[in-house]
Amino acid sequence: MNDLGSAFSMAIGLIATADPAVAQIVLLSLRVSLTAVAVAALVGLPLGALLAVARFPGRGGVIVVLNALMGLPPVVAGLLIYLLLSRSGPLGSFGLLFTPTAMVIAQAVLIAPILAALTRGVLEGLWEEYAEQLRSFGAGPWRAVPTLLWDGRFLLLTVLLAGFGRAAAEVGAVMVVGGNIEGFTRVMTTAIALETSKGDLPLALALGMVLMAIVVTVNALAQGFRDAAARWAG
Amino acid sequence: MPGTLRRTLLAAALAAAAVLPAAAQERFITVSSTTSTEQSGLFGHILPIFARETGIAVRVIALGTGQALDVGRRGDADVVFVHDRAAEERFVAEGFGGPRRHVMFNDFVITGPAADPARIAGLRDTNEALRRIAVARSPFISRGDRSGTHAAELRLWRMAGVDPVQGRGQWYREVGQGMGPALNTAAAQGAYVLTDRGTWLSFRNRQDQRLLVEGDARLLNQYGVMLVNPRRHPHVKAADGQRFIDWILSPAGQAAIESYRINGEQLFFSNATQPEPVS
Repeated sequence: MNDLGSAFSMAIGLIATADPAVAQIVLLSLRVSLTAVAVAALVGLPLGALLAVARFPGRGGVIVVLNALMGLPPVVAGLLIYLLLSRSGPLGSFGLLFTPTAMVIAQAVLIAPILAALTRGVLEGLWEEYAEQLRSFGAGPWRAVPTLLWDGRFLLLTVLLAGFGRAAAEVGAVMVVGGNIEGFTRVMTTAIALETSKGDLPLALALGMVLMAIVVTVNALAQGFRDAAARWAG
Repeated sequence: MPGTLRRTLLAAALAAAAVLPAAAQERFITVSSTTSTEQSGLFGHILPIFARETGIAVRVIALGTGQALDVGRRGDADVVFVHDRAAEERFVAEGFGGPRRHVMFNDFVITGPAADPARIAGLRDTNEALRRIAVARSPFISRGDRSGTHAAELRLWRMAGVDPVQGRGQWYREVGQGMGPALNTAAAQGAYVLTDRGTWLSFRNRQDQRLLVEGDARLLNQYGVMLVNPRRHPHVKAADGQRFIDWILSPAGQAAIESYRINGEQLFFSNATQPEPVS
């Protein structure tokens, strides 16, 4: 109980004083995870929309694989990227291992299937409503994809937030490919893991509370943006 | 509308490109090392001194010794700084790096629950302590992760003439994790554990764990440093890596190590200028 209390007051202290070391870790977490969401969205959203509208042989199989990949353990995604980016791996010459870029790649690989699978689920409903109308304009599936993505943009915001949540919360992948280097690749989750292994449980928990506060803030901002945009669009 | 969408996607892509690291121009080397040097705070103390003197930043990847050597084998670090002499000599013999230079030492200690069911408190003889733990079948946490501490622990069991594997899954518990998690587990389970003194001193979640056995010459914990072989991995920053090795073996580096203390207690003892002790 005492530990929980001191963790809570420590968390408030860390936020109130904007502790520079913690602030740097927070900013890197945001930078890595938001970039990963943006990169994953470029692949995941169109793929999900295409699966919602297109009918082709093997589509069921693709959907099963995508849904299964939502459960990809972060450490497995991390190991895969590690072996690709290692100096002894096929992409080693780029020297990306143990950099924030490697962490973005690992998180993007992790959440792209989530974005695609959720996008498909969300847009399939929309497609059922619109299919007739779009077809009457002579729009094939390829033309329908951008229209669907645009019309479903408010629904897709929730999908992006789900991806961001997963990215910001995972520790296995960024630990393996980032190396948890102080001042360079240390993010909130790896800092929490480090303090836990040093036995400083109140500090670890306080950092966890700071992380939750950030995720709540990002979600609240997105929600506010969505509401404002929806009002503006009428 | 799709035009707007395309613009939105383009903007997102540009934003993504903008926040990607602006290719850090900083001069740095990567050192793969052990959790004991990183988590005890030693690197936090000495690396800023090195950076001030040379303008070279050091990025530390902290892993168990076995993993840290593997990172060197793959060419993903410039320097390896670890503590398992046998594994280090294998690394050098395989041509992955070297020559190996000894840098500093501290010692291992055995900690355990205050109740001390195997009655080892105050013993100096680790052989006797480990035999008592095995006979009492008292819970013992092993790192089980190919780290330097794990290798030392297995060596100590061998010297004590005990094969702990017979107690595997019962009193001998291999957690396969770092020193900190192993200490957390020992504290939670009231178990004995072998730990380096530095991690023990900086460890916060002790609960009723106590330092019970120390001072045996067999508990020596020697650290060594090696440059990863630039002929094997041409991108290795040989000049700056060697600069780090030269510095840490120099009087300035050795003094920096000596001056690191936690609560007034010195954690690491530099010995680069003396012959390497045999454990």
